[in-house]
Amino acid sequence: MEDLLNKAETQEYFINMGPQHPSTHGVLRLMLTLDGEIIKKVEPHLGYIHRSIEKMSEKDSYYQMVHLTDRMDYLSCHINNEAVCLAIEKGLQLEIPDRVKYIRTIISELTRLSSHQLWWGVMGMDLGAITTFLYGFRDREMITDIFEETCGARLTMNYNVPGGLMFDIHPNFQKRTKDFIKHFKKKLPEYDELLSGNIIFTERTKDIGYLSKEDAISYGVTGPSGRGSGFACDVRKRIPYSAYDKVEFKEIIYTEGDSFARYKVRMDEMKESLYIIEQLIDNIPEGDFKAKTKAVIKLPDGEYYQRVETARGELGVYIISDNKKNPYRVKYRSPGFSNLSALDTMARGGKIADLVAMMSTLDLVIPDIDR
Amino acid sequence: MIKAIINYFKEIFTACRTLITGMKVTGYYFFHPKEIITQQYPENRATLQMFDRFRGEVVLLHDENNEHKCTGCSACEIACPNGSIEIISKKEIDPETSKPKKAIDKFVYHLSMCTFCNLCILACPTDAIKMSKSFEHSVYDRSKLTKVLNKPGSKIMAGIKE
Repeated sequence: MEDLLNKAETQEYFINMGPQHPSTHGVLRLMLTLDGEIIKKVEPHLGYIHRSIEKMSEKDSYYQMVHLTDRMDYLSCHINNEAVCLAIEKGLQLEIPDRVKYIRTIISELTRLSSHQLWWGVMGMDLGAITTFLYGFRDREMITDIFEETCGARLTMNYNVPGGLMFDIHPNFQKRTKDFIKHFKKKLPEYDELLSGNIIFTERTKDIGYLSKEDAISYGVTGPSGRGSGFACDVRKRIPYSAYDKVEFKEIIYTEGDSFARYKVRMDEMKESLYIIEQLIDNIPEGDFKAKTKAVIKLPDGEYYQRVETARGELGVYIISDNKKNPYRVKYRSPGFSNLSALDTMARGGKIADLVAMMSTLDLVIPDIDR
Repeated sequence: MIKAIINYFKEIFTACRTLITGMKVTGYYFFHPKEIITQQYPENRATLQMFDRFRGEVVLLHDENNEHKCTGCSACEIACPNGSIEIISKKEIDPETSKPKKAIDKFVYHLSMCTFCNLCILACPTDAIKMSKSFEHSVYDRSKLTKVLNKPGSKIMAGIKE
């Protein structure tokens, strides 16, 4: 028998995963080179949902280009909007009222929570547990209701404008947010009961998809995926923006570097987000919800860069201005793109069935990768 | 040897326990149907109410005399990032001063191009347009998504100036 196995020739073969695959969460095409069920190489192919957001921003005015970023990482749209607005405000050297900073921070954290809730639900579903999806969406519904009441939309909110906010918060905003915190604090242990301890889940995530700290840094893997490998990269802590320098919170870091560590980072981050909102929600200062800006914004000549921490990692906005009413060049450094580049290193030598779990813990949003 | 056997059974036991822990949550909601928040759409269409700021589609507000506030200044058309608003204006003789005055002939709104960013509403100097709460936009033909917002025979309200 042994002889026979040695004689038998194996052949590497090639398989397409996507672009239409339910667990790639969008139109991502992975070209897999396999030996049996062992992954030899993963080659992501992009371009199926390219909308040229960067180029479109060049023809738009500074007010108009904000709403396009909703469509990049649609699960952390408010944070994307905030990044663009902060970059423009940096160029204008505008003094932003404290009220705006506080509200932006609260809504950013709510966005992060809703993103992580959706990720948790989808993570379970990718591994075959449809129950988690429904539980994640149940709690997310409360946040989308808050958004809908204050911002006017559930997903593509476009609540930020250069200089401040589109409108003031709704009178019900504080009450609803506090209700949500009370509700979600009770429900968060359920998440752990349902999935975190589940033997099928832990067997499929522990020691799988290992990414070392060195690799995480060299690929530029940021956000919860990077922090799962022990890379301290939280922009909120390193270079605070908005009201993050006024609040206390822990930077969650796990050093294991496997899929389960990345999962745990996000679970703990939800608790930290709740803690941040709790500190701010009662202390929103009075004042204007928007600084005075001109009807046509012209940024002075120069280059402006702003980084923020989205739910997926570090988003960088780079604007070059030539003193006209629209930017000369806009570049977004999206977290999803860098995170995806590490997938090959993580997946090599692993099983094809675990690839879905690895992609899930990287929390890929395809429109963010392929702007 | 015995230790290995004990460990083996221990593992099976803990594995089963983790599964039952998860099932407990499911069982709780099975016996507490009141905590389920599912809405039965479209059965609840009569009672379903959107929030005030909900961005459904752009509407031009008319009062009971079929008058609107739009002066045809095109501020919304300029503010729109996607070109979903087109203002076709005409010259009209003002009855008070008997001089020619700009007025809207057609306020064309392409719903299919709209991204609901609310910039046109912010740009309007006379608060003539508003986002409505309707959200059921699906139609069988794309041409139906191009709408003329000013009603036939409508005219501008008295006293509204650019």
